[in-house]
Amino acid sequence: MEKTSLNHRVDTFTWKEIDELENVYPGHLACQGCGASLAMRLVLKALGSNTVMTVPACCSTLIVGTFPYHSLKVPMFHTAFETAAITAAGIKAGLSVRGYPDTTVLAWGGDGGTFDIGFAALSGAAERNEDIIYVCYDNEAYMNTGIQRSSATPWGAWTTTTPERHPEDKPKKDIVGILAAHRVPYVATATLAYPQDLTRKVKKAKDLKGFRFIHLLAPCPPGWRMESELTILSSRLAVETRIFPLYEVENGKRYTLNYAPKGRPITDYLSTQGRFKHLTPEQIHYIQQCVDENWAEVMEKHRLTHRTTEGIPASGYQ
Amino acid sequence: MSKITGTTKVITGNHAVSYGALLSRVQVISAYPITPQTQIVEELSEFVADGVLPARFINVESEHSAMSACIGASAAGARAFTATSSQGLALMHEMLHWAAGSRLPIVLANVNRAMAPPWNIWTDQTDSLSQRDTGWLQVYCESNQEVLDSVIFSFKISEQVLLPSMLVLDAFVLSHTYEPVEIYPQQRVDEFLPPYDPKFTLRPSEEGTMGGLSAPDTYFEFRYKIQQAMEKAIALLPKEGELFGEILGRRYGLVEEFLLEDADTVLVTSGALTSTAKFAVHRLRQEKKKKVGVLKMRYFRPFPFETVRKILKGRKRVAVLDRNLSFGHGGIWSSEIKSALYPLKDRPPVYGYVLGLGGRDVTPKDILEIISDAEHRDELDMPEIIWKGVKK
Repeated sequence: MEKTSLNHRVDTFTWKEIDELENVYPGHLACQGCGASLAMRLVLKALGSNTVMTVPACCSTLIVGTFPYHSLKVPMFHTAFETAAITAAGIKAGLSVRGYPDTTVLAWGGDGGTFDIGFAALSGAAERNEDIIYVCYDNEAYMNTGIQRSSATPWGAWTTTTPERHPEDKPKKDIVGILAAHRVPYVATATLAYPQDLTRKVKKAKDLKGFRFIHLLAPCPPGWRMESELTILSSRLAVETRIFPLYEVENGKRYTLNYAPKGRPITDYLSTQGRFKHLTPEQIHYIQQCVDENWAEVMEKHRLTHRTTEGIPASGYQ
Repeated sequence: MSKITGTTKVITGNHAVSYGALLSRVQVISAYPITPQTQIVEELSEFVADGVLPARFINVESEHSAMSACIGASAAGARAFTATSSQGLALMHEMLHWAAGSRLPIVLANVNRAMAPPWNIWTDQTDSLSQRDTGWLQVYCESNQEVLDSVIFSFKISEQVLLPSMLVLDAFVLSHTYEPVEIYPQQRVDEFLPPYDPKFTLRPSEEGTMGGLSAPDTYFEFRYKIQQAMEKAIALLPKEGELFGEILGRRYGLVEEFLLEDADTVLVTSGALTSTAKFAVHRLRQEKKKKVGVLKMRYFRPFPFETVRKILKGRKRVAVLDRNLSFGHGGIWSSEIKSALYPLKDRPPVYGYVLGLGGRDVTPKDILEIISDAEHRDELDMPEIIWKGVKK
């Protein structure tokens, strides 16, 4: 695979829609180019200060600081791996009876804690429509323990438990589809290269009641086997190549595709990352087919909601 | 609606738990159904639905989540309560550690039920005793009144020492058996148990982290502090037990002594089995004038070492009744009693009887046979386990 040039044009955008408020202190324990830490900063900017957060076992356990340090300006409760959603629901109940009914409670988990081990608690909280916001920052493997596959690992990817001789052979779990099937008020996808879109979605979620879920693609340079300056580029190419569409689902039924890029070959995305470097042309062709099918499916859901696919912005930056 | 508090009702042990939680004014309840605990939370959901108890009730998808919800709620400063049994308690295990490590004063009622497989729903203490090292206070109840009292009492202790409490009642023998229980006037309970005023909690707009990674240079001290809290509880429990008596009429200690004054032979018991032992001992004293008594253990954690030593020192023999089993070791209470007595120079022999597992009935006749066996045993004939009633 040929590496994607870094010299492609980046659309210009202003930061005026991104809040100046900082709820994350400068200085934390993340790796260089960590997508999760930037994601946390953007999400906490958008949620504001009246927020209480809970984090299960994941990279963020360390990113938010080790005793006696901490990197956040909001109160934070560390919880066990599989319990982010329910701990958040408990915190919400506790805050409500203590006289803080308007505080936003954020569960912040990685893909392992969300797609895999935390799935029962996640489904339970979604089904009961607990009044919390759950953000899954998805770096597509168990990165904190050293890059083991999760059910969020994409087909064809190398991880330390799916070696190149036998790379991941199952498709990524459709977490958005599963959450949407719970008929929760709000489910959305977002990623770092589109901070305005991300901010708008977090704020929209904040203004709603009930269970809200944001699936946030957060590239991981060490885990994706790429240079640390490629975080934003890979995030951007995930959207531009349509492997990670930016869309929203309201009440489990109303699909809105937020951005319809004209599309790029999937190799543009795959070639930024060493975890895909072993792929054969046939395998890449298969991934392209899957991406195209999935894109058509999301487009169709948008059409069913809006009766047209006209008018979807062609640029991710408005 | 009939009068709810300030009255005596004939209720099951399970409902005694529910009334205890009601009187404790719990604020968040989260639970999952499991036989034989289910009635506890059924009754509580009625209280909440009727507005008798202004609490949040979270009907979760597992016991693991029930404990996690209580942890979240308690971390946010609410008085949190749950109930479970057997497999449910085992599923909570990880979060039991989490609750204690987070220093959260959650109260849990566990209905003692044998662990599967094979499936069994009857009484057996192995479920709760296997949670020994989780940092929870554990109190074992003999009657439905003690069950209700222990809910209120547990909140009072836990909120002072910042550790969670588990009160334990026997499956069916207490959980489904009706007994008269005094349901105190709310005002008097409020006098004993003031509202929870948490010192360390998640307050919106205040920075702070609970549970962040602690390296070898600090972790040890967190554990030391939990042990200190347990020791504080040992000192606090008798005082609060006295106060409970003053305000609510029933005094509680770390243990209960029954006909021990002149007793040569002491039966050590816990839970509902105690009543059977008391009955047998009483009859033996009346009919055979034997100097036998019962030491009822209430608290398993913190373990009342000093009290046990003081009471058992100089006795001729001690027989411990264990409705539980640590495989590869023996009865759990008996090993605790033996370790408590070890520092004594003239320690009595301790005979450990394992009996009644999986709810097999233990009758006064069994107790009389145990006493007779102990009396005829060579002083040093102390096998790790003396089986009672097993079909070998």
